[in-house]
Parts: sequence; C-alpha cells; structure tokens
Amino acid sequence: MIETYVVPLLKIVVLLNAVLVSVTYMVLLERKVIAWVQVRLGPMRVGPYGVLQPIADAIKLILKEDITPARSDRWVFTLAPIVAMVPALIAFAVIPFDKEASILGYHVALYVADVNVGLLYVVSVTSVSVYGIILAGYASNSKFPLLAGLRASAQLISYEIAVTLMLVSVVVSAGTLSMVGIVEAQRTSGVWFAFVQPVALVILFIAGLAETNRAPFDLPEAEQELTGGFHTEYSGMRFALFYLAEYANMIVVSAVATTIFFGGWLRPFPNVAALGLLGLIPGWIWFILKTFVFLYVFIWIRATLPRYRYDQLMRLGWKILIPICIANLVVSATVVVLLQR
Amino acid sequence: MTPITPYHYLVLSAALFTIGVIGVMLRRNIIVIFMSIELMLNAVNINLAAFSLQWHHVVGQVFGIFVIAVAAAEAAVGLGILLAFYRNKETLDIDEMTILKW
Amino acid sequence: MLETVVFYALALLILGFGILVVTSRNTVHSVLFLVANFLCIAILYLSLGAEFLAVIQVLVYAGGIVVLYLFVVMLVSLRGLPDGPRNSRRRTRLGLAMAAAVLAEVSAIVVSASARPAGVPAPELAAPSLGNTEMVGWLLYTDYLVPFEVASMLLLVAMVGAIVLARKAE
Repeated sequence: MIETYVVPLLKIVVLLNAVLVSVTYMVLLERKVIAWVQVRLGPMRVGPYGVLQPIADAIKLILKEDITPARSDRWVFTLAPIVAMVPALIAFAVIPFDKEASILGYHVALYVADVNVGLLYVVSVTSVSVYGIILAGYASNSKFPLLAGLRASAQLISYEIAVTLMLVSVVVSAGTLSMVGIVEAQRTSGVWFAFVQPVALVILFIAGLAETNRAPFDLPEAEQELTGGFHTEYSGMRFALFYLAEYANMIVVSAVATTIFFGGWLRPFPNVAALGLLGLIPGWIWFILKTFVFLYVFIWIRATLPRYRYDQLMRLGWKILIPICIANLVVSATVVVLLQR
Repeated sequence: MTPITPYHYLVLSAALFTIGVIGVMLRRNIIVIFMSIELMLNAVNINLAAFSLQWHHVVGQVFGIFVIAVAAAEAAVGLGILLAFYRNKETLDIDEMTILKW
Repeated sequence: MLETVVFYALALLILGFGILVVTSRNTVHSVLFLVANFLCIAILYLSLGAEFLAVIQVLVYAGGIVVLYLFVVMLVSLRGLPDGPRNSRRRTRLGLAMAAAVLAEVSAIVVSASARPAGVPAPELAAPSLGNTEMVGWLLYTDYLVPFEVASMLLLVAMVGAIVLARKAE
C-alpha cells in the first residue's frame, strides 16, 4: 500500500519542486553566463551577486495585469501555456537520477517509474508540447502570432524526426528502450554511448537545440524583436509559463542526453577499479553535474552563434540531418549485428 | 462489480464506432468528417488491443500499428485533397463538393 | 477494483470526448477534443498491457496526425470559415437512423458473442521472457514482414501524393 502509492507520490512532489526551482534559476544562470561571455557582469543588484534575481522576476510576473485579447478563444488562450508546460514536467517521470539511494534508512530508487518504453515515452510526450505553440498562435486572434506559431511548430515537428531516429540508434546499441536499462547497458559494456555513437550525440544535440527553440534555431523567438512570435499577446503569469516551459524542455533534453550518452549516474570509467575513489560521490550528483555541463553548452552556443534563417533551418532539418540519421541507423544496426556473430 | 472482460471493450468500441458514424452522417464540415473517420479507426484499434489481451498474443497490437500507419497515410492524402479543393472553391462544405471538376 | 474504476472512467472520457468532437461547432475545439480522446485511448492501451501501442498512439496519432489536422484548420481559417446552413430535419433523421442501424448491428454481434460460451482461451504463455516491444518487433520482422514493407511503401506513396496534391499550381 505504502509502496505503490505513497512513495511515488512523495517522489513526484520532490521532483516537481526541484524541477520548478531549477527552471527558475536557469533564467539567472543564462543571464549570468551570457553576460560573462560578453565581458559584463549580469544581474548583480538583487541579493549577493544577483542570486535572488529569479525571485524578483517571479514576483514581477505574478503581479502583472492579466490581459486577454478582445475576441480570442478564452479557453484555448488559457489552455495553451498549460499544454506547453505540462509535457515538459511529465517527461521527468522516467528520468533516472540514480539506481538506488538510501534515504533515512529506506532504499528508494531515484526515479518515479521505470517504464519499459521509457525513451519512447519521453519522445511522445514532448511531441504533444507542439500543441501549446499552435494553440497560442491561434488563440491570440491575430495574424502575426498565428503565422509565427505555425512556423515554430513546423520547425518542431521537422526536428522531431531527427531526434527520434537518433534515439533509435542508441536503442539499437543498448538493446532496450527503458532508461534504466540503457544506463545498465553502458555499465556492462564499460563505455559510455557517447563514444559508441558520436554521430548520434552530435545530431541529437543539434536537433535538441531546434526542438527547444534555442539559438541558433530560435527564429520563432527572435520574432520578438520583429513582431512578437507566438506569445505576443501573452503577459504576466501565462508568459512566465511559456518561458519556464522552454527551460524545462531544455533540462529534459539535457537529462535524456546525459542518461543515454553519458552514462546517467555512472562515474567516469565505471569499470576501472583504480578510480574507485570517484565512487564515493553519489550517482545523482554525477547525473546533475553532467546535465549541468549540457545546459552550459546550450547557453554557450546561444551566446556565440548567430541565428539561422527559417528556410536554412528547414533545409538543414530535412535535407541534411535526416539522411545522416538514416545512414547512422543503418550503419549502427549493421555493426551491432556483425558484432553479435 | 463484474470484472472487466474483453466484452466491455467491445461495447466501448462499438459505441465509439457509432459516434464516428454519426459524425460522418450528420456533419457537413469535411474536416469534422475526417476526424470522425479517425474515431472509427480508433474504435477498431481498441477492439484489436482487447482481443490481443484475451488471446495473449501480440498480433492484435501489430495490426493496430498497421491501422495507425494507414490512418496516417489516409489523413495526409485526404488533407492534401482538401487543401487543393479549398484553394479553388473556398468552401469546406461537402454539399458544395458535388462536381468532379470545378 | 482499481481496474474497474479506471476502465469506467476512461470509457466515460473516451465517449464523452468523442461526442464533443462530433458536436462542436468550432472546428478547433473539435480537434482539441480529438486529441484528448486519443490520449485517453492511449491510457486505455496501457491498461490493456499494450505499452508499445500506447506510446505509438501518442507519438503518431496525437502528436502527428492531429497536428496535421490542426495545421490544415489554421491554414483554412486564415480566411475565415463561414458557418454553413444547418442540416434539414430529414437529413438529420436519416443520419441518426443509419447510425442506429450500425449500432444495432454491432451490438447484435457483441451480444451473441457474449452469449455463446467462451471459446478456449489460448493457454497463458509462461511469463513472457520478452517485453511487449520486443515481441511486437519480433512479429513485425518475421511473420509480418511483407505487410510491414508494404505499409512503408504506402506511407511513401502517401507522402509523395500529399505533396503533389497540395502544391500550388505554377
């Protein structure tokens, strides 16, 4: 009774709180890192070194007036940010932070659920978040957000194919779809899948950038400088939901990439006993460190690269990435079959 | 309460199928007609999955996947035809789509 | 007990959303109810133990096909969808009569099948050593390889056809 209901509930509560807090602090992290790249300091006034800045931002957004456009569809207008945020949060249910940890004497597995089709679950759930963008554009009852929303969602569904094909390549190497199973496969084979499938890692990273509307593929957001993008008519807490949903999606992509390419909770060189000293650091700290490195690279790329034009973006997704993905899948399947002989 | 047998799923699937038929018969907006056809296909899929459970054989789910693939193909082509028609006739009412050539 | 509650709740949601799809005046609302319907059906598949089918339902149906419908609705509504005249009463009655006929036929089959003594159920396989996805994949690539290849050809043909049909005439 307690095992089936109370423990997962507690895990969900802790996880949601952790995710929401870290998403809020991602905002500060991004502003700071981009500032340092541009040889300036970023937010420094609120709290020591600007540490309390996200709280100030949150208070500002909560206290803003809630405006709904004149003849918009009120239900859909309210639903769109929710549909954008919820899939990003749900995807955390299958991400394993550690195999097992003992908290207060209980042995708990640090993941909410180990679904047999965990990786596919993550992909399918993030594909539902496309609706948030389309509905936001539609509900704003105005031409520019509608077109911007359609463009952004066309970009998302184009790069979804590249992401799915690359995940399938990893599944071919690992032999299982379950997230915990993939990390275990990396432990038994002794090498992180980043070295077994480097092409998949690079393409997953690029497609992940496009999936989360991050630079250099952030034309839907850059329209903010031109007209407004799909969240023109949103203000206050609803806009905050879109903003946070983007960061939550980033964290999901980083966490998934960490799990399947960088060994999840395994320490570097998991089978080399000489480095056993590294095993003193608990697995979930390794996981958070690796995810953090990924997030840092996301922000670093945003600060460095100029953005793609829309037709260049679509050409890259369809004409360049998908053929490479298919070739990678064929090659990795062939290698796996040959190695099994 | 009675345990859930596959017959419960059959009844559910029959009801969903009928709702789809009502949609196809009574609505004139062609996109709603397409969506009612998707409802019917899903009703069939529920049937296949229920029987797959009853006979402990996954072939029902394999055919469910084929049904989904066919539904995708049909949706793509159907919507392509719809767009081509809409560009010329500016209407989505099936009562207007009565002639073979505009 | 939990299964019963889950099944009846899901059945209610599925049929409710289905009725809303068919009766909504606003096309975008119909599409949204269709998405909700598909998500509930995916949960139903999970309760049936068809995990792979459930994720494929969400990934392909709810996350692909219905997005396509929504795109078309948006593209069409850019110029404003005029609301046509409502159906004549004769047509409404005729449509409902045909739907009732279909329901009667299908229910007759279901009732007669449940009245017959249950056929010999297949022997419960010794705890499946392969997971659901592996078994589905195994079947797809051995016994049903030809339908699988034909389905992929079908998708290719549909893709080319849709592009050709929807292309602007130059």
